[in-house]
Amino acid sequence: MMCEKCGESQATVHYTEIINGHKSEVHLCEKCAGEKEVGSHFSINHLLAGLLDNQIDGNMKIDYVEPQKCKVCGMTYNRFKETGKLGCSECYSTFNDRLNSLYKRIHGHDVHVGKIPIKSGKSMKVKKDIEKLQLELKEAIENEEFENAAILRDKIKKLEKNIKE
Amino acid sequence: MKWLDGEGSDKDIVVSSRIRLARNIRDIKFPQELNNEMAEEIKNKVNNSVIADERNNDVFKYYDLKDINSTEQRVLVEKHLISPGLLQNSQIGGFLIRKDEKVTVMINEEDHIRMQVIYPGLNLEACWEEADKLDDIIEANTEYAFDEKIGYLTACPTNIGTGMRASVMLHLPSLVLTKQINGIFQAVSQIGLTVRGLYGEGSNAKGNLFQISNQITLGESEKDIMNKLKNIVQQLINNERQAREKIYKFNKIKIEDKIYRSLGILKNARIMNSEESMELLSDIKLGIEMNIIRNIGRKTINKLIIKTQPANVQSKYNKDLNPNERDIKRAEIIRKELDI
Repeated sequence: MMCEKCGESQATVHYTEIINGHKSEVHLCEKCAGEKEVGSHFSINHLLAGLLDNQIDGNMKIDYVEPQKCKVCGMTYNRFKETGKLGCSECYSTFNDRLNSLYKRIHGHDVHVGKIPIKSGKSMKVKKDIEKLQLELKEAIENEEFENAAILRDKIKKLEKNIKE
Repeated sequence: MKWLDGEGSDKDIVVSSRIRLARNIRDIKFPQELNNEMAEEIKNKVNNSVIADERNNDVFKYYDLKDINSTEQRVLVEKHLISPGLLQNSQIGGFLIRKDEKVTVMINEEDHIRMQVIYPGLNLEACWEEADKLDDIIEANTEYAFDEKIGYLTACPTNIGTGMRASVMLHLPSLVLTKQINGIFQAVSQIGLTVRGLYGEGSNAKGNLFQISNQITLGESEKDIMNKLKNIVQQLINNERQAREKIYKFNKIKIEDKIYRSLGILKNARIMNSEESMELLSDIKLGIEMNIIRNIGRKTINKLIIKTQPANVQSKYNKDLNPNERDIKRAEIIRKELDI
């Protein structure tokens, strides 16, 4: 059986689709099935977009989004899935939504703990310091240590200014 | 190679400790996607960053993989100075080696930068201290790809976070002999550690040598990772020691027989394949650790394990050997080393 979409390759992916109560069999080749998967990436926005499409022509449109590409290296999520390797550091922001759940599955965690580079991590270190001071400030206010609170508040302001610069 | 010296803490069981850090330069494609021109640029950049610090000036030497023939490349892998992964990128890869061969910086492996520090015995802290310092030196002259939430960014998401792989190489013949090894490794893999053979991913545990390393790099600090690994390694050391004691106590004549037979074969055989030599050398190593063999040093055996690897044998004779010729040369090398 040939792929229903491109008609060029052998269909290897078969499944049943139900749209508006209408049941149909779908037969696709691996490539088209992969593209379809990108198209059906679920988020509220995409679901809404899908609903809107449905209202217009009554049929679920498959490829209403172009496969997302990294703007620095041109990597697509499908290619990443094939090789397991991303193309550049920017890919992590490009595919952030989809990678996020992967981190938990691989590592059991999704937040870095440990070394922070001196240069690239400078603002991060300051942010962590600010968070710590804010906790202390809250505590000071609760304990009515207003003099101490004023000192802490000034420290925070100074650090925040540093970040902006 | 200092890491084969047979020195350091728990040297009767632990061959070596290693820390590897993966780093990338921001906004530049990862090696797999690089063109040759950019790859050259990265080699220069990293090379310069390392030697920019005067402490590194005369102690590191740079090599381009293109300038090294394939046998010598494999010799370096067998010596654990570079990784098999670097050879996959032999067109764009290069590396820096410190004079004492404890520190290597690989360039354009899976990531732009992979630095490794390797020490004999159980000494992860010393490895980390050196790697940490070197990391700071390189960072001073480059912009690392780092994300506030998920840490150091690497080509493969399995390395993000600390980008650190800590591993310890252990010789565990008695746990293999008493068939406890599989159960132990199953338990180890359930707590985020992984066990591999002498030559890493996909290699068999020939010669009863096992590398144990962390799998998780995100959400655990470098110290946490090292402590967890050390804790497990310590338990394995204790188990191996207990098994050795038991064997000695209840099967003394049997184990002596096994070890001396192996020594007899190694000293006399004329043809020796790599698998058999690893197995027999492991017996001799155990004999030394159990104080059954006293006139051969630990260092001699450790080095022999590497010297008898295929590319090492090949390189010593400086011409193309077929496997048969290689097995004959291997037997020769062993006889010469053990002729005491």
